[in-house]
Amino acid sequence: MTSTLPLRVALVGNPNCGKTALFNQLTGSRQKVANYAGVTVERKAGRLTTPAGRPVQILDLPGTYSLNATSPDEAVTRDVCRGVYKGEPAPDLLISVLAATNLRLHLRFALELRQLGRPMMIVLNMIDAVRKQGLEIDVPRLQAELGVPVVTAIGVKRGGAASIVQALDEPVPPPPTPLPEGTDLHAEIRRLMALCVRRTSTRQPQFDARLDRWVLHPVWGMLILLVLLFIMFQAVFSWAQPFMDLLQNGMDQLGEFVGTLLPEGILRSLIVEGIIAGAGTVIVFLPQILILFLWILALEESGYLPRAAFMLDKLMASAGLSGRSFIPLLSSFACAVPGIMSTRTIQNPRDRMVTILIAPLMTCSARLPVYALLIAAFVPSRTVLGLFNLHGLVLFALYAAGVLSALVVARVLKKRDTAEHPLLMELPSYRVPGLQSLCIELWQRARIFLSRVGTIIVTLSVIMWALSSFPAPPAGAAGPAIDWSLAGRIGHLMLPLFAFIGFNWQICVALIPGLAAREVAVSGLATVYSVGASEGDAATQLAPLLSAHWSLATAFSLLAWYVYAPQCFSTLAVIRRETGSWRLVWVSVAYLFGLAYLASFLTYHITRFFTG
Amino acid sequence: MRLNELPLECQGIIDHVAPATPADPIARRLEEFGFVPGEPVKVVAFAPFGGDPMAVEIGFTRFALRRSEAARVVMQPPQDSAETLNALDPALHTAPPAQTEEA
Repeated sequence: MTSTLPLRVALVGNPNCGKTALFNQLTGSRQKVANYAGVTVERKAGRLTTPAGRPVQILDLPGTYSLNATSPDEAVTRDVCRGVYKGEPAPDLLISVLAATNLRLHLRFALELRQLGRPMMIVLNMIDAVRKQGLEIDVPRLQAELGVPVVTAIGVKRGGAASIVQALDEPVPPPPTPLPEGTDLHAEIRRLMALCVRRTSTRQPQFDARLDRWVLHPVWGMLILLVLLFIMFQAVFSWAQPFMDLLQNGMDQLGEFVGTLLPEGILRSLIVEGIIAGAGTVIVFLPQILILFLWILALEESGYLPRAAFMLDKLMASAGLSGRSFIPLLSSFACAVPGIMSTRTIQNPRDRMVTILIAPLMTCSARLPVYALLIAAFVPSRTVLGLFNLHGLVLFALYAAGVLSALVVARVLKKRDTAEHPLLMELPSYRVPGLQSLCIELWQRARIFLSRVGTIIVTLSVIMWALSSFPAPPAGAAGPAIDWSLAGRIGHLMLPLFAFIGFNWQICVALIPGLAAREVAVSGLATVYSVGASEGDAATQLAPLLSAHWSLATAFSLLAWYVYAPQCFSTLAVIRRETGSWRLVWVSVAYLFGLAYLASFLTYHITRFFTG
Repeated sequence: MRLNELPLECQGIIDHVAPATPADPIARRLEEFGFVPGEPVKVVAFAPFGGDPMAVEIGFTRFALRRSEAARVVMQPPQDSAETLNALDPALHTAPPAQTEEA
């Protein structure tokens, strides 16, 4: 059977039914990830062609436990299934995916969908694992009882979705007749289970129970969590470094190479310093982001992530958040961009918003060059208590200041929010993550980062370039070129405001390129003070210069500024992309600016008071 | 007795879910998760830092919930549920009680 119009089907199911693996299996790389209009819910669609040549368009709806939506993504699923979602025609066929290993829970939602009276098909996924439970499901009987086609699948095995593709070649099944209004679905589930599920052996699934005895243990579980987090940090910071250096070198060399091709002038400057350097600041983060996401995806797919949330819920609850906020916040120590991207695992919209707002307060790796420079220049290298280096202690204090402020901000933001936000969640069965699915998901993240976030950053860095290059200094002018540019003038204009917190005009000018990426502030300072060009040289030459020119109060004030530092453009771009609105972008700019100013003001004046 | 009072590794039978407010979304989600009358439930873990939240098992599924959420689940008195627990088919409803000698 062939038709010109593609058959529109929607995959629906509980979270953890293995729907995503099945979707990846069915569509491979032929999928498109976007957002539903007006909401930040991810819309995943893909295509396939059946053996008989029928084109099929598959929509992967967000996982939900019921049609009583409690979050925006569940509302999308509900409305699409009912065929009332604006801009999304009703699917021709609902494919209700059930984990065969968890029929008792998943049948309820399937029955709820059946009540809609739309053409549907049921897929018993993970059918291979049922035998390991010592159970057997009578599929023909289940099909007869439900009155809809029932097929089996193994989402994580190559070719495990073949029966679904075959079934899609059949004519669309007639819609089932709903059960009478008010039927107790749980009673119906018990009836179906008694009829269709048989025990074949006395074997019991013990694996989850055994593992959970360790993983959820108050002491051992915490230890396992700490080890996992330690390895994750190690991976993000050290394993990524060689790749980041490689990319940085590559981009530098590309810049140099292109520089030799083009004649000296505005065009060369635009391409080399604006576009290539701007893109470079984005691409350099890619290894960190990929490693972090590989780690998070593996933890998520394996079923560990909800358990980590369980272990840390109490800790996060003290800040008014739930355990789910922990991983995004932790990731933000590497970079707020992947951290904010990983807030997708937080279902509660308000918790997600608060987490996005406080993520930039986690000291990201881009702030390290700034901290390192200022600490080396102003803090004496002394041993404290015979054990700690004063440099290390100051660095630790800066990190701690960020974390504590984040907790306070979260508390304040959640203060007016008196509604009870439930933790209530499923702890899914442990699974070995499928490699194919993992790769596809990772590729999606990389693409979102490079294309969506990248375009905004490159645009902004071109603007930044223009600001710091125009107008060019007049012939024979003294002083650095940036001083003559618009950025320089803006720096001078900023001075009256920033003089209160001890900044001189040089700092003000350096703050402007520092907006593109925080570590650029170091090379910005180098430009203003006319010392070496590359970042490494700049830092060694700058340190003595700064300690001669700046007071201690000014240096500490700048350190305090960078604890809160109104974010880099990449962060703002990703907030825009993840929340789908500019409102949160402006809110975070404003509140971080306010905090930074306040902290610098206090630091400056208190330090001045003590140092005279 | 409520679910939040059930000790570790103990199994009980759900009597009903008592909503905290007339339209309590948490109570509704509990019911959707299968916290329904007659269903056996077992406590499998308590979180660090004071034992809140807790993890429970219904059938083959494990759930994490805060104690305030578990307090909505009213349990049958233990003496009434002992017989029912023994008569249940473990395959269809829940795993058998843990082998305690392992611990």
